[in-house]
Amino acid sequence: MMEPGLYHILFISTALFFIGMYGFFTRRNLITMLMSIELILNSVNLNFIAFNKYVWAGKMDGLFFTLFIIAIAAAEAAVGIAIIINLYRSHQSIDVASAEELKY
Amino acid sequence: MNEFFLLMKSELMVTAIIFLLLFIKVGKGMQNERLLPLIQLLLLLNVIFGFFFNQEGNAFGDMFHSTPMIVFEKNILNVGVYLISMLFSDWFKKTAHLAEYFLLMLSALLGMFFMLSSANMLMFYLALELASIPVAAMANFNLTQKQSSEAAMKMILSAAFSSGILLFGISLIYGVTGTINFEELSNYTTLSPLYTMAFIFLFSAFAFKLSVVPFHFWTADVYEGAPIATTSFLSVISKAAVAFILITVLYKVFQPLQNIWYVLVLLLAFITIVIGNLFAMRQQNMKRFLAYSSIAQVGFILVGISGSNTTGISSVVYFLLVYVFSNLAAFGVVSVISEQVNKESISDYKGLYQTNPLLTWVLALSLFSLAGVPPTAGFFGKFFLLTAGGAKASYAFMIVVVLNMVISLYYYLKVVRAMFIDQNETPIAAIQISAPVKLALIICSAGILLIGLFGWIFDFIQSLN
Repeated sequence: MMEPGLYHILFISTALFFIGMYGFFTRRNLITMLMSIELILNSVNLNFIAFNKYVWAGKMDGLFFTLFIIAIAAAEAAVGIAIIINLYRSHQSIDVASAEELKY
Repeated sequence: MNEFFLLMKSELMVTAIIFLLLFIKVGKGMQNERLLPLIQLLLLLNVIFGFFFNQEGNAFGDMFHSTPMIVFEKNILNVGVYLISMLFSDWFKKTAHLAEYFLLMLSALLGMFFMLSSANMLMFYLALELASIPVAAMANFNLTQKQSSEAAMKMILSAAFSSGILLFGISLIYGVTGTINFEELSNYTTLSPLYTMAFIFLFSAFAFKLSVVPFHFWTADVYEGAPIATTSFLSVISKAAVAFILITVLYKVFQPLQNIWYVLVLLLAFITIVIGNLFAMRQQNMKRFLAYSSIAQVGFILVGISGSNTTGISSVVYFLLVYVFSNLAAFGVVSVISEQVNKESISDYKGLYQTNPLLTWVLALSLFSLAGVPPTAGFFGKFFLLTAGGAKASYAFMIVVVLNMVISLYYYLKVVRAMFIDQNETPIAAIQISAPVKLALIICSAGILLIGLFGWIFDFIQSLN
């Protein structure tokens, strides 16, 4: 059996990134959109870890960056969900289509 | 040790104010009438303190970095925040959570300070998040209004998405070069397609934050829905901070990629100016109008950045200094009127001169400055930007840019005409302006007029390079 190498992981992370992007653009539910953003952030985490392990084993910047991304993603999700809850209170829905008062 | 404190004095000062507010909030609490003057006083002290004890150097293993230029940029942001605290006094007094609002605003300001001083991608990313997440919460501050929560939703989603793109770019940069330090990155001269792609990811995230045209869709909605104090913070302070750091990133970190980013910046500048102008023409709501006009202004900033010389840096800093005063004055007048009579449409402003001469003059002055009409400082700002950009760009491009300045004059003057010339049976009634608002409006007008007259200001900025 073949050992997974850098390219396999990079393929997965890039795929995850674009799946997240696709989800962000097509889904109409706000929670799902937040989940898509988490997918994007996790693909970045994978990238950092893979580069750190296979290419720059001596330079730990990638590993530290991952830790910070996880923490910030949690903060972002917290504020995001608070905003979505407030939106639900005023609109009675978390569908993007319901929030369409501001248009040009 | 002493040096360390002086190096981080702006950050420490803002942190001290944040903690003081926090203690007041969790302690006995204070009435808005008493708390607001205290906050204004603290912010004034913050502004004054910014001009003393400047220190140059690095800290935290070269993650933090400060120069006289960076300190000056921080001072511009400080002045802007102080003016915001004065201009929107009426709204602040009515809001139920005044201390929290300033906690969020000052946290975002702290994030911007760290962002300006960052010399490392990790530091930069953390600071950028600190500067953008609280602003989304600030956009939601009219809790019961549908529009406000919609604006906040759009803001947080686009901020999170753009930081995802930014991070993907940074991860590729790390993969190619093995470092996230600005200094080491600027020495990395071997160009590869992957590195270029990483740069393009990074640059699109910047374009999101600056609301450059293909990435501008969130801007007008957020500006219209958010409380007007938040809108002005977003369009003046956030934008200025991102523009400042964009200069550092492009000029220093991606110096080797100069040929690539020059084309990108020029192209985006062109689209941004044209689309921003075209959309600004058809707006009826004052806040949306100012949103699109600020998009067009970003296009001019990009023209200045494309010059890629020391004039480029100083012209952008000078322009943003002027922009802080002129845009805040415009938002201040719009806020006073919408707060008192709840009218935001341009057609409501007809005949404003008969009833409110002071407001009319301030708004007209700020719009002239935004349009770049000679006696005001905005003219010199635009002039220096075009001089910087013209050093490299072709004449054809500069002619298009100047023509767009003329087009922008059309829609700015449309508002001025509505206020001065158009007849209206029932103009907005005479409005009582409270003392702090009046003072802030006068400071803004004085800034607009005087910065243009004193030539040494530009020389001073140039000497900081």
